[in-house]
Amino acid sequence: MQNDAVLTMRGICKRFPGTMALNHVDFTLRKGEIHALMGENGAGKSTLIKVLDAQNAGISTVYQEITLCPNLTVAENMFIGRDPGKSVHWKEYEKRAAAILDGLGIPARPRQELSRCSLAVQQMVAIARAVDMKCKVLILDEPTSSLDEKEVEMLFKLMRDLRARGVGIIFVTHFLEQVYEVSDRITVLRNGELVGEYAVADLPQVELVAKMMGKDLNDLADLEQVGQKSLGGQEVVYDARGLSSSESRPFDFSIRCGEVNGFTGLLGSGRSESVRAVFGADRVTGGKVQIKGKTVKISKPHDAMTHGIGYLPEDRKRDGIIADLSVRENIILALQVMKGFFHPMSRSQMEKFADEYIQALQIKTASQDTPIKSLSGGNQQKVILARWLLTHPDYLILDEPTRGIDVGTKLEIQKLVLKLAEENMSVTFISSEIEEMLRVCSRLIVMRDRKIVGELSGDDLTQGHVMKTIAGGEQ
Amino acid sequence: MKQKRKAFSGIGQLIIPLVALSLLILFNLFRDPGFFSIGVAVNSSGNKVLSGNLISVIDSASELAIISMGMTLVTAACGGQDISVGAVGSIAGAVFVKVLLGASSINGGIVVLGIIACCLATIAFKLFNGALVAVFRIQPMIATLILYSCGRSIAYWISGSATPQLNSPIISAMGMTIPGIPVPTPIFAVILVGLLLALLFKLTNTSLYTQTVGINQGAARLNGINPILIKLLSFVILGVCVAVAAVIGVCRMGNLSHKTLLVDIEMDAILAVAIGGNNLGGGKFRISGSILGAYIIQMLTTTLYAMNVPPVNVKAYKAVVIVIIVVAGSPVVKSKVTAMWNRLRSGGSTAAVQKGVRG
Ligand SMILES: Nc1ncnc2c1ncn2[C@@H]1O[C@H](COP(=O)(O)OP(=O)(O)OP(=O)(O)O)[C@@H](O)[C@H]1O
Ligand SMILES: [Mg+2]
Repeated sequence: MQNDAVLTMRGICKRFPGTMALNHVDFTLRKGEIHALMGENGAGKSTLIKVLDAQNAGISTVYQEITLCPNLTVAENMFIGRDPGKSVHWKEYEKRAAAILDGLGIPARPRQELSRCSLAVQQMVAIARAVDMKCKVLILDEPTSSLDEKEVEMLFKLMRDLRARGVGIIFVTHFLEQVYEVSDRITVLRNGELVGEYAVADLPQVELVAKMMGKDLNDLADLEQVGQKSLGGQEVVYDARGLSSSESRPFDFSIRCGEVNGFTGLLGSGRSESVRAVFGADRVTGGKVQIKGKTVKISKPHDAMTHGIGYLPEDRKRDGIIADLSVRENIILALQVMKGFFHPMSRSQMEKFADEYIQALQIKTASQDTPIKSLSGGNQQKVILARWLLTHPDYLILDEPTRGIDVGTKLEIQKLVLKLAEENMSVTFISSEIEEMLRVCSRLIVMRDRKIVGELSGDDLTQGHVMKTIAGGEQ
Repeated sequence: MKQKRKAFSGIGQLIIPLVALSLLILFNLFRDPGFFSIGVAVNSSGNKVLSGNLISVIDSASELAIISMGMTLVTAACGGQDISVGAVGSIAGAVFVKVLLGASSINGGIVVLGIIACCLATIAFKLFNGALVAVFRIQPMIATLILYSCGRSIAYWISGSATPQLNSPIISAMGMTIPGIPVPTPIFAVILVGLLLALLFKLTNTSLYTQTVGINQGAARLNGINPILIKLLSFVILGVCVAVAAVIGVCRMGNLSHKTLLVDIEMDAILAVAIGGNNLGGGKFRISGSILGAYIIQMLTTTLYAMNVPPVNVKAYKAVVIVIIVVAGSPVVKSKVTAMWNRLRSGGSTAAVQKGVRG
């Protein structure tokens, strides 16, 4: 077995100010295997990958946070920095890019500017770039976090092909089913320490979760109990007729007090664009909006905030985090803006709020002063969530709030959403995971081709129904 | 331990400029132990004033220090620099002199009026720059290039003559010393501007908003901040700084020379911001760093002159030292040093990676 290894790491340590990110971790990757690297947020997965990648040569990596250049084209992003020294034939590269994009079913044109693509497509492009390079080791750090089932299937097919060609693949994800679908082995990390390495067949899902969280199996049972769904009261909190923006077609939408609803649809179906229109994130081009029965004008995010709307954006890195600012500043930002330019909070008040939410959401950070960019991906997401919870909105829009969040915390967040609804907050919840939406939403709005094509509630809320409506089966 | 690290990280950005300043001071002490001696002299208007190299450095860095403060904000918010501050300063000086000479005699009231007119003029020009940057998304350097090249002509056109003279005790009190107070007045102006900015940061969210806009403009907007207003605000503040610096410059000379007033100050101001450890690409900033930077630049100039370096060579030597300071503060060097420090402290933790033979 041992001489099958393409990569062996022994006693890896990595220390950051205030945290021991890796503490004597061993890791072995064999030829032609898919090896899942598992652990909670902040366990040290991405750090291990970065240490590995520094060894270069034959390793190709897709990082958790997309590291492509948004203002270059898709083809340029796929081929830039390859074959240094050779002259560049863009015409030929564009052809090759087109072929690869086609083969992977990525809905992008080679000449399209990357920033014009959705986050999911960007992620696919990053993957395409990595797999096209001739490599012996492929590392995928949460590659599926913004992909739909269809894209995930395509990616898995690709991974299996590469495995058959003898490539060793390291796969990081928080989706347990995906681990069991494609991986051969699992290495579990917890708090920067190695828990163990297991063959997939030897480690049932419940045990994997227990190993990741360091909890007993019994403790997990009550975690699974997500609360009662909330249908909401009678009062309509938000109502839009014919709302349209530069990125979305006119649509009608409303939400009642204490209701949790959601937009669903395939990638590019316009679900994110719709909620962006509600929040005034894109240029609003028309429509009539009422809040609690009063007609209002929401043309920019600030308007929405003053009317009690909060919005957690889909793309954490581009729209969410203020990378160089501290965790504290990132948490209080939206509340501070709502208080106004001339009413800065006192330092102690900020510290109190930040502490409160770091505790409540169990954000793993060395201190409040740590810049948010040095937190793990999932913990950054929690900070942005904290930012909007702190504003206590009447209506909270959550676009992929659990992206990159570990299983345990995911359940906690779902519970939290239902609890907030019980306290009369209205919530719109978007997720590319349908199960998750079925668990929290009492009403689902289905979109296809940037239009609302159906609405499901009550007994219709089953996976089958949703899939059928999404795909276009008539009801 | 934890507390210590907190305090340490707070001034982290200032370490390099502080070290640079200390080295300069040590170098001078070594070269000439009397370099920093402070004496009392009687100046041309018969006042008792403090004298000595140290006082002269702090005094003559005043204009630069004031403009660097404003430049820091523009840099932070817009991710670029204003290269027209010298030229607009010359316009400001012309406006100030015009108002003063328009009156029958120079008294307190007319000086205040002159300062207000001067501020309004710079604010107007800076709003023009700001609009190009914030609304039309033009690179700050390009947006300010226009005024950089024609500002001094506008100043000449306003003043109408080569070097209008201002002879008044009020003017020399403002530019040099107030009778009875041995410390040069410009130093008080720096303190005043600094305090006003500190007050602004205390009473408003200018600092948080500016950094947010500079780091991630799109996210700033999604959090309800108006990036255009914040960028305009930074230019307005810079405008006021330029006006104050111009008034000091005019009063110091007692005349207006549109060609030499605040000449080349834009480059020194940008350098001061950089030496202060601020990111020229915008985002996080520290005004105190830029102020330190301004004094370092002036100290360097004074040192070189004191060493009898011919004026033509001064710029070259200055350039060399500044390159060293800026490189020492660069992210590459910083991360190398930090890594070395960590290795020293942890006593060399083990890490072994092998790549398999086959594959
Ligand atoms: N540049 C850095 N500076 C300081 N601390 C860091 C830095 N990078 C990572 N850390 C810390 O190291 C720990 C491990 O982070 P890492 O990103 O490896 O987690 P992860 O397992 O990938 O988590 P996630 O599932 O959230 O992506 C975290 O506590 C994080 O705060
Ligand atoms: Mg990670």
